[in-house]
Amino acid sequence: MSYNINDKGYYGEFGGAYIPEMLYPNVEELRQNYLKIMAKPSFKEEFDQLLKDYVGRPSPLYFAKRLSDKYNTRIYLKREDLNHTGAHKVNNTIGQILMAQRLGKSRIIAETGAGQHGVATATVCALMGMECIVYMGEIDIARQAPNVARMKMLGAQVRPALSGSRTLKDATNEAIRDWINNPVDTHYIIGSVVGPHPYPDMVARFQAIVSEEIQWQLKEKEGTSKPDYVVACVGGGSNAAGAFYHYLDDTDVKLIAVEAAGKGVHSGESAATSALGREGIIHGSKTLLMQTNDGQITEPYSISAGLDYPGVGPMHAHLYASGRAEFISITDDEAMVAGLELSKLEGIIPAIESSHAFAVLDQKTFKTDDVVVINLSGRGDKDLQNYIDYFKL
Amino acid sequence: MNKINQKLQEDKKLLSIYFSAGYPSLNDTVPIIENLEKSGVDMIEIGLPFSDPLADGPTIQASSTEALKNGMSTNVLFDQLKDIRKTVSIPLIVMGYFNPILQYGVEAFCKKCQDIGIDGLIIPDLPIDVYNDQYKAIFETYGLINVFLITPQTSVERINFIDSISNGFIYMVSSASVTGSSSGFGDEQTAYFKRIANMKLKNPQIVGFGISNNETFTQATQYAKGAIIGSAFIKFLTNNNLEKIDEFVTNILN
Repeated sequence: MSYNINDKGYYGEFGGAYIPEMLYPNVEELRQNYLKIMAKPSFKEEFDQLLKDYVGRPSPLYFAKRLSDKYNTRIYLKREDLNHTGAHKVNNTIGQILMAQRLGKSRIIAETGAGQHGVATATVCALMGMECIVYMGEIDIARQAPNVARMKMLGAQVRPALSGSRTLKDATNEAIRDWINNPVDTHYIIGSVVGPHPYPDMVARFQAIVSEEIQWQLKEKEGTSKPDYVVACVGGGSNAAGAFYHYLDDTDVKLIAVEAAGKGVHSGESAATSALGREGIIHGSKTLLMQTNDGQITEPYSISAGLDYPGVGPMHAHLYASGRAEFISITDDEAMVAGLELSKLEGIIPAIESSHAFAVLDQKTFKTDDVVVINLSGRGDKDLQNYIDYFKL
Repeated sequence: MNKINQKLQEDKKLLSIYFSAGYPSLNDTVPIIENLEKSGVDMIEIGLPFSDPLADGPTIQASSTEALKNGMSTNVLFDQLKDIRKTVSIPLIVMGYFNPILQYGVEAFCKKCQDIGIDGLIIPDLPIDVYNDQYKAIFETYGLINVFLITPQTSVERINFIDSISNGFIYMVSSASVTGSSSGFGDEQTAYFKRIANMKLKNPQIVGFGISNNETFTQATQYAKGAIIGSAFIKFLTNNNLEKIDEFVTNILN
């Protein structure tokens, strides 16, 4: 069984391109060209050079000694938090801006929830001198003011999504509507492994640098490229897709996907899609999503804006349905405690998204000689106010 | 013969009206349909509301959201429509996004449509290849016409393919836009209308998106068989009683 995408754009039964005809020419143009463009030596060269000199890759694989001692196992952190702009998101936006240039596009649109992907997109648009419009839910604009300011400083225009719940899901709808209205000159940089094929595959390939580096870094440190476990948080699922990518078909390596349970999986305020979702269509993809019996998409909740999405990428839906990955739900409280613990034990303040992955250490017992790689997808600067409010710091 | 095919044979330009079921009030669905028929409308698209209507502009989005708040659902809509064929004889089409239909069960949905007397479906986010592989036989079993969209960006090859698998009409989206965003047609649109007319497709075309008054209706139907009005009608419903629907229709047709 393969856990990667097939030639029709599906992971198992999940994926595809469930899009209105108005989007077909854009999506089809991308589908026909993305692999060819990515395979060109000149593309690879520019992508690799920017990842090295601009993003600061390779990101370190750090042996977390004090954390390992506490949990009596061998824990490595993949330091995506040290990337330029503070998270893994920039790996994808660098790739997609180069893609957009080669497709002859002059205008970039993106959606953002917490603002991390918006900032990463605004950053690469500034770098390349391209027009940038970021859609963001009106409510998120209010609660993520520093990132809104960053995007503006980088020259992007931030447009509020005023429909529906006025959060990430609605920002994504607005970006898709913009793309319908601007079918010729615009490229839509989706921020996660979601959306119609080929987006989930393209974004996963750009993020795959994470597991590519883990392989050779671990070989240097442990003498093997294979950890026993790779652990990553999942909202849409781009950092997990990157951390899992080169291990997908290597079943010796166990994969753990960590979802946000919010105030409890069954509290009514949760974003644990695998536990609460059913198969359906969201943003052009057949996948697992949280919905009413009637097929209306419901509002998720998590303290972490980056995990606050009612669906999950089709790759992850397949990893869940096939049993290839273990899915664990972590509440707000568990994540916050884990974030504080990492700060005190290792001197690293994680993004609250990443804190969810660390909370697994309390939920699951690893063997003393297990090698556990946790993807530290982002740094906690953006979440400082949340940590302050939560811990009354 | 399917009512849609019968209607398409009439020697006139057709006016089709779209509205979101359950808006302005939950139980307006049937009175709106009856008033539209009495006013001389040729065909009706009943919108099944969805939480995330990707192809729709602010007017239809807002009416969908309001309809859902009012309590509209697939079951409620089917219940409202159960006796519709006792009073209404023009073609009725249900237009909705794929997820609610998928959750109801595509076959159960199609069967229910046939029981009620629905003639066709428009599902903008159901891809053509998925329809052909998985659902075409079901639609045919229950006598439903599936209507596909084309846009100014759709390639000639794809238009010919869509024409080959259609058996009613082709929904011709007037411009690259979501619903309700255009005001008037320019040379570019007219050239597109003419270009499609010259393709001599086997299925007639009905133009939608950007039609709001007599002028745009006349322009759209100069080369096409008919036109569809959605957002402009929903705006009218927001500000007027259902009894005034005939005024809206009269203004479009004259």
